[in-house]
Amino acid sequence: MAKRAFLFLLLVPLLTYANIIKVCKSCKETELSSAIAHAQKGDTILIYSGVYKARNLIIKIPLTIIGIDNPTIDGENKGTILSVNTDYFSIQNLTIINVGRSFTKDYAAILIAHSKHFTIKNLKLRNLFFGILIEKSHFGLIENNHISSVSLSEAGSGNGIHMWHTSDVIIKNNDLSGLRDGIYLEFVSNSVISNNKSYQNLRYGLHFMFSDKNEYHHNLFKNNGAGVAVMFSKNIKMHDNAFILNWGSASYGLLLKEINDAEIVNNTFEQNTIGINVEGSSRINYKNNTFLRNGWALKVRGACYQNKFTNNNFLNNAFDLSYNSELNDNFFNNNYWSEYTGYDLDKNGIGDVPYRPVKLFSYIVNKTPETLILLRSLFVDIINFSEKVSPVFTPDDLLDNKPLMKKAND
Amino acid sequence: MLKILKYSFYDLMRSRWSYVYFMFYLLLGFVLLFLNNDVDKAVITLMNIIIVLTPLIGTIFGVMYYYNSKEFTELLLAQPINRSKIFMGQYLGISISLTLSLVLGLGIPFVLYGLFQSAAIFNFSLLLVVGAFLNFIFVALSYNIALSTENKIKGFGYAILMWLFLAVIYDGIFLIFLVLFNSYPLDKFSLAATMFNPIDLSRILILLKLDISALLGYTGAVFKQFFGTNFGLFIALGLLTIWIILPVLRMNLKVKKKDF
Amino acid sequence: MIEFKNLHKRFGKLVVLDGLNLEIKKGGIFAILGPNGSGKTTLIKCLLGMVIPNKGDIIFEKKTVLRQWAYRNNLNYLPQIANFPPNLSVMELIEMVKNLRPKTSNSEELIELFGLKTSLDKKLGNLSGGTKQKVNIVLAFMFDSDLIVLDEPTNGLDPIALIHLKEIIQKEKSKGKTILITTHIMSFVEEVADEIVFLLDGKIYFKGTVDALKKQMNNENLEHAIANLIAKQYA
Repeated sequence: MAKRAFLFLLLVPLLTYANIIKVCKSCKETELSSAIAHAQKGDTILIYSGVYKARNLIIKIPLTIIGIDNPTIDGENKGTILSVNTDYFSIQNLTIINVGRSFTKDYAAILIAHSKHFTIKNLKLRNLFFGILIEKSHFGLIENNHISSVSLSEAGSGNGIHMWHTSDVIIKNNDLSGLRDGIYLEFVSNSVISNNKSYQNLRYGLHFMFSDKNEYHHNLFKNNGAGVAVMFSKNIKMHDNAFILNWGSASYGLLLKEINDAEIVNNTFEQNTIGINVEGSSRINYKNNTFLRNGWALKVRGACYQNKFTNNNFLNNAFDLSYNSELNDNFFNNNYWSEYTGYDLDKNGIGDVPYRPVKLFSYIVNKTPETLILLRSLFVDIINFSEKVSPVFTPDDLLDNKPLMKKAND
Repeated sequence: MLKILKYSFYDLMRSRWSYVYFMFYLLLGFVLLFLNNDVDKAVITLMNIIIVLTPLIGTIFGVMYYYNSKEFTELLLAQPINRSKIFMGQYLGISISLTLSLVLGLGIPFVLYGLFQSAAIFNFSLLLVVGAFLNFIFVALSYNIALSTENKIKGFGYAILMWLFLAVIYDGIFLIFLVLFNSYPLDKFSLAATMFNPIDLSRILILLKLDISALLGYTGAVFKQFFGTNFGLFIALGLLTIWIILPVLRMNLKVKKKDF
Repeated sequence: MIEFKNLHKRFGKLVVLDGLNLEIKKGGIFAILGPNGSGKTTLIKCLLGMVIPNKGDIIFEKKTVLRQWAYRNNLNYLPQIANFPPNLSVMELIEMVKNLRPKTSNSEELIELFGLKTSLDKKLGNLSGGTKQKVNIVLAFMFDSDLIVLDEPTNGLDPIALIHLKEIIQKEKSKGKTILITTHIMSFVEEVADEIVFLLDGKIYFKGTVDALKKQMNNENLEHAIANLIAKQYA
């Protein structure tokens, strides 16, 4: 908040001395390109309703561009539309359409490079390659934008918001769909992504690569190739998000790969093929999450150590947990498991018998995926039961010693 | 045929066992819904019960009714009625009364619970449809066994064995086969193997709606095509219908040649 | 009226009917006799279409009965064992059989005659063997058909019911009906039968009146005459 107040204070003197340039069909300036060419440092350009053809607009001085009555900028599928290379840039209330596609260049509706203090608000971006591309820039706000495209293949489509070597950006209340990745972050830090909706994207709703110390919360990730991928990053806080209906043979709500020291709290994972797919990730705190009707609530592969799973709800998943290792160094306690059949004689709300979240059948399916077709058959129930009575194949110490009798936080 | 159906149906509807069966489902429905308060979980538990129990009850009722009404059947055979109509009437009578017990027994608690306001209505109706299919299939199968086996005890034995085989043993062999030959592509084999067992087929049909998220985790292209679209649903329903038609045809053939 | 032509039937290896030929004319009471396993019941069941012969033909009223069913509308049958659906009441059963046959019936009269009025609402499962047999008889006689087939009709009947049964049989005969009876009770045969058909090893061994049989065997006692008949065959 202090950061934003500071930003505002910096902008105030600029606005005070700025001129206003109007762009409309009957104005002195009828094209955006000439308006930009004539603008002075700190000017405000008002664009009135209408369709303006434009491409490769380059902004090198601090400017504010505001649309009035929803003007449209049409890039005619020819390449990047707006390139920004200045501090204190702001753009609001516009529709930008038809960014060109390319297999060699990352064309975008808006490219911001080497800039600080930028604001992108209330834009509608349609028929895109990349939407907002940000490189080596810092202190930005991306809010209330509606970014969508029709992506057919991963190679022929770009990301909605793509950030690279960037820090201190707030991305909130955006609506992202039909893209490759809704939001892609590479070498990004100290950023907060909140209240966005990212859906029907080809690859990920949100994608972190080598990005430490970020936070995302209250987002909805629905119907993407996979919900969120967090890879090779540290100290990520993930809370109050919903991961829904991410379906497919290698699909998941959340992928964690080589992630350490993260917090995953209060999230909902509903009807994903895999709720969370964890590979080589350690010291993660999973708390108060709800896993509802996923194929696998948790799939743990490779070396994962010292993860804590507490107070989560596992409800009606085909498999609560799949584990490909015989060893266990993770800690399960006080979770609610809908398949738990134990009892609570002392009425303290905690089952008197430990729960084994890994079933024999889950082990068999890991080894021979085709056996999945026998899911919920009587024979499978019988072998699961016998394994429960005397574990042979599944890790002996993989137990929730204090399973809850009622849903956590109910 | 309708007359025979009517009388077989009334006869069964008045027998103690129909009530026991009906009350069982009624109780089960109430317990699952009102003690548990989780429609999703109730539907999953119900699936396990329907897949295992409906075939068993269908099998037992089928053989039992056949042997118990043998003399009555003979009385009917002396009446001016076509033979196959007598047996079709009886067959439909049993199947329909069992299905009615199932649908009413489970339907009443679910309706009282307010199922129509719930999103689970579709899954639940699918369960009932599959249960009905299983009733019709297993009554037909057990009637075939009874028609071919004069000895009542043997007939019962074969019928139970058939149920045990289809409900448990088949899947056991199937699983062992898949594990042993897991270095071969088994996509098509797996799908085909489920087609030859009506219980597996019903299970897959319900899974398509209930656990689609898990099934989609399977990587094989054939599976994906089968599970990913409505195609699988239609194929499974079609095959279940064939599973009714074939035993019924065989029953009619057998009846034409059989001496009483 | 009925003609069995070269009828063959075997169950597995057991030959029950072995090229049987028999013609039964319209009118009169025919007793089909023979030792256990001689093929009496099989013969009747062939006529009823319950057993399907391996070879041969059966003509009833000038038409074959094989693979047919409509002819049974002109045929009444009293089965040997009276076992009915236990959950139906007597009334329901009678109504049901009436419902199955598009014919008028005189069931009330017969119910009255056998004193079944008090039992009409009882479940068939709760009736005694004798009462069941009475119901069985009502079912067999309540329609007006040209042929009546009775398989062991005297089973479990009390003396009064037996008298009634004989009366009905005679009454039906007087209407010109054809009645086929199988029984082991020789006194009953002697009393009611016009003609005897004697079956042995799947063939007709004797066909003729009771007197003709006695004469042929030189024995005034029917039971002995028949015993002689069998003994002679195996001698």
